[in-house]
Amino acid sequence: MSTTRATPVTWPTRLLGGAALISLATTVVLGLGLPPTTEQGVYARFLAIHPQVAWCSYLAFGVTALASAAYLVRKDVRWDHLAGASAEVGVVFTALTLVTGSIWGRRTWGVWWAWDARMTFTALLLFLYLGYLALRRVAADPGTRARRSAVAGLLAVLVVPVDHYAVEWWRTLHQKSSFNLTPKEQLDGSYIAVMLLGFGAMTMAFAWLVVQRYRLERRRDEAGDAELEAAIAERRAEAVVAP
Amino acid sequence: MWRDAALVAGKDLRIEARSRVATNQIAPFAVLVLVLFAFALDPDRGVLSRAAPGLFWVAVLFASLLAVQRSFSVEAADGGRDGLRLSGLDPAGIFLGKAGAVVLQLLALEVLLGVFTALLYDTPVRGAVVLTLTCLTATLGLAGAGTVYGMLAAGLRVRETLLPLLLLPVVAPVLLAATRATEGALDITTTAEAWPWIRLLSVFAVIYLTFGVLAFGALLEEA
Repeated sequence: MSTTRATPVTWPTRLLGGAALISLATTVVLGLGLPPTTEQGVYARFLAIHPQVAWCSYLAFGVTALASAAYLVRKDVRWDHLAGASAEVGVVFTALTLVTGSIWGRRTWGVWWAWDARMTFTALLLFLYLGYLALRRVAADPGTRARRSAVAGLLAVLVVPVDHYAVEWWRTLHQKSSFNLTPKEQLDGSYIAVMLLGFGAMTMAFAWLVVQRYRLERRRDEAGDAELEAAIAERRAEAVVAP
Repeated sequence: MWRDAALVAGKDLRIEARSRVATNQIAPFAVLVLVLFAFALDPDRGVLSRAAPGLFWVAVLFASLLAVQRSFSVEAADGGRDGLRLSGLDPAGIFLGKAGAVVLQLLALEVLLGVFTALLYDTPVRGAVVLTLTCLTATLGLAGAGTVYGMLAAGLRVRETLLPLLLLPVVAPVLLAATRATEGALDITTTAEAWPWIRLLSVFAVIYLTFGVLAFGALLEEA
């Protein structure tokens, strides 16, 4: 029963990992070679990674929501694993979004943290999904945990637009968004090219990470089942010896 | 559904009336939070009266955490939740009933806290209509979100520590919108600015109450 090995490493996964690695390396090399801009100097090079990392965090939470809905409809535990894997990777990317944004902000605005609408919103998003991951980690019956996590995953994605509009209003009532510092028309072609490459690379890296985390969840599940069976077999053996 | 809601709300409120946890523990705690703010912020420089709307809502937020936790802990003992599940009541009704009981308790608490905020922080109370609407919509949202997350955390061994982490990022917009709306209400010249925030509070309340009505069945059916 427990001999069914789910999702072994296949050549598409390896291919994806290789492509992600190569394209990320290329993005780094080309990104560091981008010409400094007049307003932001070398820090404009953050355009090669920061928006891409942010995009992946949105993508991750979208996948979590879809997988959560699929779990509630199909009751197939694999959807639950996918939702969890995607949320984990999403939290990492959200944290990276804040870190890269913060480093850029330190140089460009002079502060590590500004109560800008998008930054505040991203911070809320991070806590929202940290809560979701905490719920996934609680000790409970796997079915219960999966169902509750799925409800939480769906709920979280409903909150995202409300949080977004709330902080957007909050800040736009007081100060203009500071994110229009880099007019697109002033960016030259090399920036556009590297940014697009970065989007592709980061998306592949995201997909590869999700596949790995998903496989890990499956293995963990199997290991849990195997342990339980081993424990039962042990008790049975004791029962035979005892009389 | 509405009859079931009234039954569940009646049950929760009767338990509160007899156990007096809300009046003897949650309400004093909320007032204590108001007093603690005075220690944290300099009371002599007018910081308190300027920040009064925000401090008031932070106190309400903390109290609502306790109210939600209490609302689900009354059913934790003696298989109360199983009883509720087997009662044949409509899950949507159960949700609305529990949320309704929390709404009534929080509204009563807000009146009390409002009086203490006005007294302790020297804040003149104006704009009664806007203020009432703000309290009503914000409380509906808080109770709706709180009841959904309360149920998500109910029965887990880590519920006390998990609930704040789950609930607070989600109700952060309520804190923000309710604070702005209250600021608008208290200042005659800026009352118009309160309306967009009340609209946001209503949207929030509708989203959470609808989601709760739809999803509570899935949360209850589990073994």
